[in-house]
Order: sequence, then structure tokens, then C-alpha cells
Amino acid sequence: MLEYVWLIPFFPLVGVIINGLFGKKIRNEAFIGGLATAMVASSFVVSCGILIQLIGMEPEQRVFQKVLFTWIQAGTFKADIGFLVDPLSAIMIMVVTGVGSLIHLYSIGYMHGEEGFYRYFTYLNLFTFSMLLLVLGGNMLLMFVGWEGVGLCSYLLIGYYFHKKSAGDAGKKAFVMNRVGDFGFLIGLFTIFWWLGTNHNVWTINFVELKQASELLPFGGVVTFATLCFFLGATGKSAQIPLYTWLPDAMEGPTPVSALIHAATMVTAGVYMIGRMNFVFIKSPTTMLVIACTGAATALFAATIGMAQNDIKRVLAYSTVSQLGYMFLAMGVGAFTAGVFHLMTHAFFKACLFLGSGSVIHAMHHALHHGHLHDDPQDMRNMGGLRKKMPITFVTFLVSTIAISGIPPFSGFFSKDEILWQAFSNPYHGTANVVLWAIGTIAACLTAFYMFRLVFMTFCGECRINPKVKDHLHESPLVITIPLMVLGLLATFGGFIGIPKLLGDLFGGIPNRFELWLEPVFEKSTEYAGQYAHAGTHYGHSVEGGLMLLSVGVAALGIGIAYTLYIASPSIPQRFTARFPGLHQAVYNKWYVDELYDFLFVNPCKALGRFLWKGFDVLVVDGIVNGVAAVVRGFSGVLRYTQSGFVHNYAMTMALGVVVILAFYIFR
Amino acid sequence: MTSLLTIMTFTPLVGVFVLLFINGRSHNALRGLALAVTVVAFLVSLPLVTGFQNTADYQFVENIPWIATDAFQMHYFVGIDGISLWLVMLTTFIMPIAILSTWTAVEEKVKEYMICLLLLEVGMLGAFVSLDLFLFYIFCGLMLIPMYFIIGIWGGKNKVYAAVKFFIYTMVGSLLMLVALITLYFKAGGADFNITRFYALTLDPATQTWLFLAFALAFAIKVPMFPLHTWLPDAHTEAPTAGSVILAAVLLKMGTYGFVRFAMPLFPQATAQFTPLIATLAVIGIIYAALVAMVQEDVKKLVAYSSVAHLGFVMLGVFAMNQQGIAGGMLQMLNHGISTGALFLIVGFIYERRHTRLITDFGGLAKQMPVFATIFMIVTLSSIGLPGTNGFVGEFLILLGSFGSSLRWWSVIATSGVILSAVYMLWMFQRVMFGELNNPRNQTLTDLNAREIGIMVPLIVLIFVMGVYPTPFIAKMTPSIDRLITHVQTRQLALNAVPAAVQTPDHADCRQCPQ
Repeated sequence: MLEYVWLIPFFPLVGVIINGLFGKKIRNEAFIGGLATAMVASSFVVSCGILIQLIGMEPEQRVFQKVLFTWIQAGTFKADIGFLVDPLSAIMIMVVTGVGSLIHLYSIGYMHGEEGFYRYFTYLNLFTFSMLLLVLGGNMLLMFVGWEGVGLCSYLLIGYYFHKKSAGDAGKKAFVMNRVGDFGFLIGLFTIFWWLGTNHNVWTINFVELKQASELLPFGGVVTFATLCFFLGATGKSAQIPLYTWLPDAMEGPTPVSALIHAATMVTAGVYMIGRMNFVFIKSPTTMLVIACTGAATALFAATIGMAQNDIKRVLAYSTVSQLGYMFLAMGVGAFTAGVFHLMTHAFFKACLFLGSGSVIHAMHHALHHGHLHDDPQDMRNMGGLRKKMPITFVTFLVSTIAISGIPPFSGFFSKDEILWQAFSNPYHGTANVVLWAIGTIAACLTAFYMFRLVFMTFCGECRINPKVKDHLHESPLVITIPLMVLGLLATFGGFIGIPKLLGDLFGGIPNRFELWLEPVFEKSTEYAGQYAHAGTHYGHSVEGGLMLLSVGVAALGIGIAYTLYIASPSIPQRFTARFPGLHQAVYNKWYVDELYDFLFVNPCKALGRFLWKGFDVLVVDGIVNGVAAVVRGFSGVLRYTQSGFVHNYAMTMALGVVVILAFYIFR
Repeated sequence: MTSLLTIMTFTPLVGVFVLLFINGRSHNALRGLALAVTVVAFLVSLPLVTGFQNTADYQFVENIPWIATDAFQMHYFVGIDGISLWLVMLTTFIMPIAILSTWTAVEEKVKEYMICLLLLEVGMLGAFVSLDLFLFYIFCGLMLIPMYFIIGIWGGKNKVYAAVKFFIYTMVGSLLMLVALITLYFKAGGADFNITRFYALTLDPATQTWLFLAFALAFAIKVPMFPLHTWLPDAHTEAPTAGSVILAAVLLKMGTYGFVRFAMPLFPQATAQFTPLIATLAVIGIIYAALVAMVQEDVKKLVAYSSVAHLGFVMLGVFAMNQQGIAGGMLQMLNHGISTGALFLIVGFIYERRHTRLITDFGGLAKQMPVFATIFMIVTLSSIGLPGTNGFVGEFLILLGSFGSSLRWWSVIATSGVILSAVYMLWMFQRVMFGELNNPRNQTLTDLNAREIGIMVPLIVLIFVMGVYPTPFIAKMTPSIDRLITHVQTRQLALNAVPAAVQTPDHADCRQCPQ
């Protein structure tokens, strides 16, 4: 099966080609959607086969490379089109193709009747293809191909409703911000390539070879520079501070797109990339600290914004940014396994949440459409009480919300708790650990709060939709609810694959399978960790257990506050906003970060461009050019009077000349 | 076939003679014949690729004394190597496309127009295959005149200004080069203008500096490098589509090719000396042109400025003086020919339909013209260097190469140009193609017809082929690039060995990166 790994990205590519070239002619929605879904499902089947084969192998042998052909070769530089299968990429292909197939299936129902149906599925397949390239790419450059490819698809899918200006703007913003990150990725790649080459004559960008060569890399120094550049790339792709602002705007795209791209797959690329190159990142304490701090800060910052949004998808968008922050926090504290684990559980529950919100929006849209109303179908202030109307959506949404809030035994608990524990106890950052842990814990409380606020506003209380259309609210069809149910199950039970040792021992020695599985991928990091200055303090089980209880406690607190404010006494939020209008406005307007960026970067760039064009190009350069021409013309304008073509003028000149010459000789 | 290059180069000239005998009013016959001639030239050029050996030698060489008096010796000396091979192919490939592009747009003086285009092709091909410096100069001049007419006669509103500006700008450079090459001729003992003999010369640094400056100025105008670029937006904007396509695809390459073929190997010492200056101008060009492109109101001008940015990348790569950089630069020359050529065709399509190029006159075209939208999107992505398209491979190798050379920080700044290119191209695309289709005159636009799609398909195919499998293109260049690097570096070292080392140590280090 491993030999056929190329089939995994190949299938979606076939879908792209068929739907892209002939979709417009085919027109049959069932065929187009079915084909696209079948292609991703086929990749999923192959992925399963590969996973099973990998499980059957010895842990240290679970690395397989398949090179198709040499892509670019120039001098010492060589990049292959080649794939790398190891425990890490195996998990990722499972998530991408598994969750991806469900979202494709869901889209058939959700996008029914849309004008550009074929275009949508072409883009979706193209996205899956790029994401699989990113994940399976055996070298940095091929990963970069996928990296840019998903950025492109994101651009296309966000801007899917291209007649809306806001959608076009959002797509462009996403692409450009991603490009800022790509700039970092490229510089990082250059640095590593040339440093290893010129200093050690190791000319490679292949991940397996880099892992072996990582011994040669120094601790800090050039590695800090390179990894910070790579991390800039990660902040762009994974929507971290300072490059996160594109993600909330990206909600302009169709909802399943948000589930696929902005929850389950693309935005996790940055986390994956750090995991893939963990052996480089671990060699720079500075970068690790920067990553941890950025992650923690983003987790908290985005959570605060999420508390005040009324658009159901925007809440989820900020929630995604915040959860990605957790993953980076994990990466930054060297808890690579925990980070990847959260990546996986997050893919389950966040995909479920986005698709659930899509189901709600779908229902709202139809109901409002029926009544010819122009209310916003995404505004939670128009919702409420949907619990009874849409029971399946509600239940799946609820379990995913519990999961994201970190309540045991739902999946999010295991991954998030592991991150918080590692942030507290890791041997890398000394006293900063407590701060990182504290920020993570506060953010966990906020997460529980804003997520339950969302559930209460949407599904509980009275129905605030216009009474005229109330009866037109229905549960979505099976094609939509089946993916919800599958994802709901995964969100509920997915965490059992990585039970922490403490709990595992409690229940009779269940091993943390997830950690064991990924161990070979992160072995170098474990090895290099010894070089850190801080000797790790060893904490007892009681501390770990206590913190675990505490994190569950803060989650419960968050839920409690949400219950108080949105169910028990709904008047408090209004009084609060009335009391602190400035604070509410600031949070509601996302702390004015977009405005700040416009002020700092966008407007100056345009002004500079205009100045250079009108001021320099037209005035200075062309001024000189045309000036020279004008001077020449000026002189010749005077001189041409001597060439009038009239014989009497010439005779006159001649006569004058003779007079002057004679005068000269006579009077000298 | 030892005279393949001659046959190829002068096929269009034969076409010109035939055209002379055709009735000036039978437009379709004129167009058809011109098209046939360029297609034949392309077919004739194909064996160049298949027959090309992957070595550094000049191939398909012909060397015949032409003007041979005692006082003045010049030869008809032609041949190609890995550096000129693909540029020749690009030229023969782009010509039929150029002819087809103004099939319906040019209705006046069709005969003269076609003659100009064919003469232009002779000039371009001749210049790329010349191995005699004087012959190169003659062909360069031959190129200039038809282009001048194409802009000045079949151009837009402001055509005369643009044509004169183009001509004088380029002519100033050419004349300087003429002086330099005559100097070179006498320095070499006045035997002939054979460039291989010139390569072997050892010139003292002061002479190199002056001659290099003369050559560099001539080529920098053609490239065009900042700040000598202002003729380009005017020329591009005013020229008819075919003119713009050829200008972008081939004529600008004459400048970068000139650096690689002449200025750098002839004056290695001066090249090292001026590398920082040229790289600085190249990087300024990248950023500057991107910023200016961003605020353009005219689509064609925007594309013209994007050309300046792309050519800045080429210059940076070439002056990195390592395999990656030069290979990237050479590839980028081809890529730019394809993508920017395609962009000018695209602008031509909408101009023919709406007779405006102002971005604000458009919007929402994607709804009305879906095929056009797809093609435009692919070309846009190629222009901003998205992986999987040709633009990426070239740009990546240039940046990689320059990062590993003495130009590291130039490379970093240039890399940020990658962000800006996405900004101006996507913003333009959005304003033209996306949004509401609310201008009534846009609501009746028709999608591309078969001829237009037919023109674009070969370009689109090449965009992907060169993006996914550039190996054959690079492989044929590699030996010649190696030779160039070795030649320049041994010269630099030899000259440095006599006086104290001029270069800083790290400068020298990077130049010797093992290949």
C-alpha cells in the first residue's frame, strides 16, 4: 500500500480536472458532487490502508519515502516530487481525507442549487489536493507548494460569492496575509539550505535528510533566525498574532468551506509544519519562547473578541484562532504530541461546530427566504430556541461545545488539559511557564463562556425569529446531518486515543497510544531537550491531578457564567454594555486591529505608490527626459530660422559675412 | 542541417518579399501568409531543441566572412548555446501568437503592419543567434525600426510620443554600445568581432569599467532597469497588442540577454565591481514598480509596471553569479515572456471589446465571461509566481541563488516583492473581474471566441508544463551557465591575484560555493 501513497493526492486532482474542465457542461449536481466526494473518499481508503500497514511495522521503521521525479535541479539544489509517510503525516492524511470526505458530502446538500456548483467542488477538490501535498511533501519546497496551494484555494473559496465586494476583499486579504507568511517560509528555507550547504557541504531540503543533519545545526544563532522566519510563515497560515485578521473575514465563504479550511485543515498547517521540523525548532530556545508566548497571547486575545460577536460564524472563527493559539502554545513548550493531538480533536469538534452552524444558517436562510425577510440568517440575535426545531443539529453541536470547553471525557478535555499541563511543567521556559499556564487557563474559561453563550443564544430560550416564518424552520436533510453525527461521535470519543498517563494508570494502565505513536517523529527533539539551561522541575502526580481538576473547574465556571447571563438573567449583558460602552465597542470592533493595520500598512503603501508614480516617475524621470527633449527643441527652434530656405535670406547672410570678414581685416 | 539557424532567421524575410506581391486590400491573405511564415519559422526552429546537445559548446555554428577589408573585419558568425537556445524558441513561439492577436484589431495598412512584424522577427532571431558582436549590433538596430513603426503607426492616442520616446531612449544606449564595441575591436587587435576572441581578452580594470558602463547602460535601458524604465509604460500602453506582446516577451530580454552574453563575460572584473549597484537598482525596481503598479488606473500600464518588477528579479538572479541564480534568471526571462505576453493578450481582448483599459470601467466580468475569467486567473497566478506555475520556479531559483551569493540582503528585500506582486495583481483582478456587473456596457460582453481561446491555450499549457516539469529547460542551460560562471570567476580571481584582494572574503566565499 505504501507504494501507492501518490494516489492520495492524485484522486482529488482527477476530480479537479474532470469537474474543472467539464463540470459546466455536466451540470448534474449529483454527478459533480458525487464525483468530488468519491475522490476524497478514495483517498481516505488509501490512507486507511497506509495507516494499517504502518501500524503493522516496527516503530522505528515507520518512515517511507516515495519519489516520483526530480522537479527542480539547479547546481547543488535539488527538489523532488516525493512523498514522505511517517506517523505524523499518517495522522494528518487521515484527518484531512476523513473530515474532508464528510465535508464534501455535506456540501452536496448545503450547496444545492448554487449557480457555481461545479466551480465550488473543483475548488474543494483542489484544496484537498494541495493540503495533501502539504502534508505528504517529502521536502520543504514541496510542502511549500501545498502551503501556497491551500492559500490559493482559500482565496478562491472565500471569494466564492465573487459578486459581493466583501467576499472579494476577504479572499484577497487572506491571500496577501498568507503571502506575508510565505515570505518568512522562503527566507527560512534559504537560510537552512545555504547554512548547511556552505558550512557542512550538506545540500538538502529533504525532511528525512534534514533530520539526520540536524545534529550539525547550532543551538540558537542562525537557527533562531531561520525558525523565526518559518514561524512567521506559520502565523500567516494559522492565523496567529500578528497575521490573524484574515480568518474572521474569511467567513464570507460558504460555511462548509470554513469547516474544512478554517477549522480542520489549512489553518493547522502551521502547527503541522513546526511538528514536521521539530528537530530544528527545538534548537532555538528563543523561537520556542516566542512561539509559546504568541500562542498563549492569541488564545486569550481571540477569546476576548469571541465573547462579544453576534454573528454565529464569527464566534466560531475567533474560537478557531484561539484554539490554534493553544496548539502553538503546545508547540512552543515542546509538547509536540499534545499540539498535534489538539490539532486532531479540534478538527473533529470544530468541523462539527462549523457544519452545525451551517445547518442552522441553512435552516434560517430557508425560513427567512420563505417569508421574504431580509434579516441576517447568521445573527444569533435572530435565533434562539432552535433546540426543538433541529434536534440532531442541536445534540451534535452541544457535544462538540462540551468537547471544546474541555469537559471530561469529551475529546477536547484530553488534548487541552495535556497542553496546559505541559505549559506548566515543561523544562524549557523556566519561570515563564507559570504565566503561560495561567493565560491558557484563563482562555479556557473564556472559551467555555463564549461557546456556551453561542449555544444558549442559538438553541435555548425563546425563538426570536420573526414569528411569521417560525414554522418554516426545519431540521436539515440527512446528507447534512450524517456528517454532523459522525463528527459528533468523533468529538465525543476521539480523545480516548490519547489518555494521559495519570488517568491511564488510574483505570488500569491504559497507555497513551497517541504519544507512543508519534514518539519516533519527535525523538530528536527529546534528545536535544537536554541542552536547555533550565533543569526541569519534577512535579508529582498530586500537582498534575490538581491542575487537571482546576482546568475542569474553570471550564465549568465559564459555562456557569454563560448560563447566568444568557438563560437565568438575560438582562445583565445589556446592563453591562450600557455601563461600559467603550469596552464593549472595542471588543465588538475586534480591538480595532484592522483599522490599525490599514493605518500602518495599507494606506501608506498606496500613498507611497501614488507618490512614486506621480512624483518620481512622471515628474522627476520623465521630467528630465522631456526636459532634455525640450531644451534640444528650444535650441533648434531658434537655429532653424537660419535655415529658412529663402535665397534672399541666405544672400543676406552671405553679404553680412563678407562685410564682417572684410571689416575684421581692415580694422585689425 | 548546418545552416538551420540561417534558414530560421531569414524565413520571415522571405515572407516579407512574398507579402510585397500581394494585393494590399486582401487583408485575410496578408494575415494568413504572415501567420504561415511565422509558423514555418517555428517549425524550422524545433530541430534546434531536439538536436541540441547538453554541452557548453556553441552549436549549429556558421561562420562566414562578410565584410572583410584590410581595415575592417566582420563575420556572419552565428550559433546558439544553452543561454540563447530557449530565447530563440520563445521568439519563434510567440510570433504566430502575436500575429493572431491583432487579427481583427488592425484594419489599416495591414500589409505594412505584417511586414513590420516579420522584419522584427528577423531582427530578434538574428540578435539571439549572433556570435559576432557587430552582427549583434546590426540586428539590434534592425529590431528597433519596425517596432518604432508598430508603435507609431498602429498605436493608441499618444502613439507618436511613445514611439519617439522608445526610439530615442534605446538609441542612446545603442550608440554608447557602438562606441564601446569599436573600442573593444581595437583592443583585440582589430582582427574581427568574434565574441569568443573577445572573451579571451584580458583588459585592465579601468578599461573594463568604462566599457562595462557603456554596455550596461545600453542593456539597462532595454531591460529596463530603474530609473531608466519610463519609456516602457508609455510604449506598452500605446502599442497595439502584438507590439506589447513582442515587446514584453522578446525585446526586453535583449537587455538581460545582453548582460549574460556580453557585459558579464567580457568584463568580469567590472561585473564584480558593479554587482552591488546593479543589484540595488534591480531590487529598487522590484519594489518600486510593484508600488507604482498598485495604484495604476489603466490595466495595461499596470501590467507594464509589473514587467519592470519581473525584470528586476531577472537581473538580481543573473548577478548572483551562481547556478541557481542564473538558471532562475534565464527561466524567468522565458516565464515573463509567457505570462506577461499572455497578460497583454488578455488586456487586448477586453480592450477590443470595450475600447477602454481603465480598471474602473470594469467589474463583475467573471459573471459574463467565465472562460475568460478562468484563463485570466491562471495567467495572473503565473505572474505572481504561484507554485505549480512557471513563475514560481524562476522566482524561487532567483531568490534562492541570490540568497546564497553576496547579495543575501538584496534577496531578502526582493522576496518581500513577492507579497507586493500578489497585492497589485489580485487587487486588479478583483476590480476587473469580481464584484457586481453593474456597468450596462459590460453586461453585453461576449466571452472569448475560438481564435482567442486558441491563442491562449499554448500559453496556458506552457505555464503548467514549465511549472511542473522545468527539468528539461534547466538541463539544457546548465552546461552553458557553468561555463559562464567558471569563466567569470577565474577571470575575477586571476585579476585579483595581481593587486591585493579587492573583494571582501565573504564575497569571494559565496562565489565559490561548490556546485
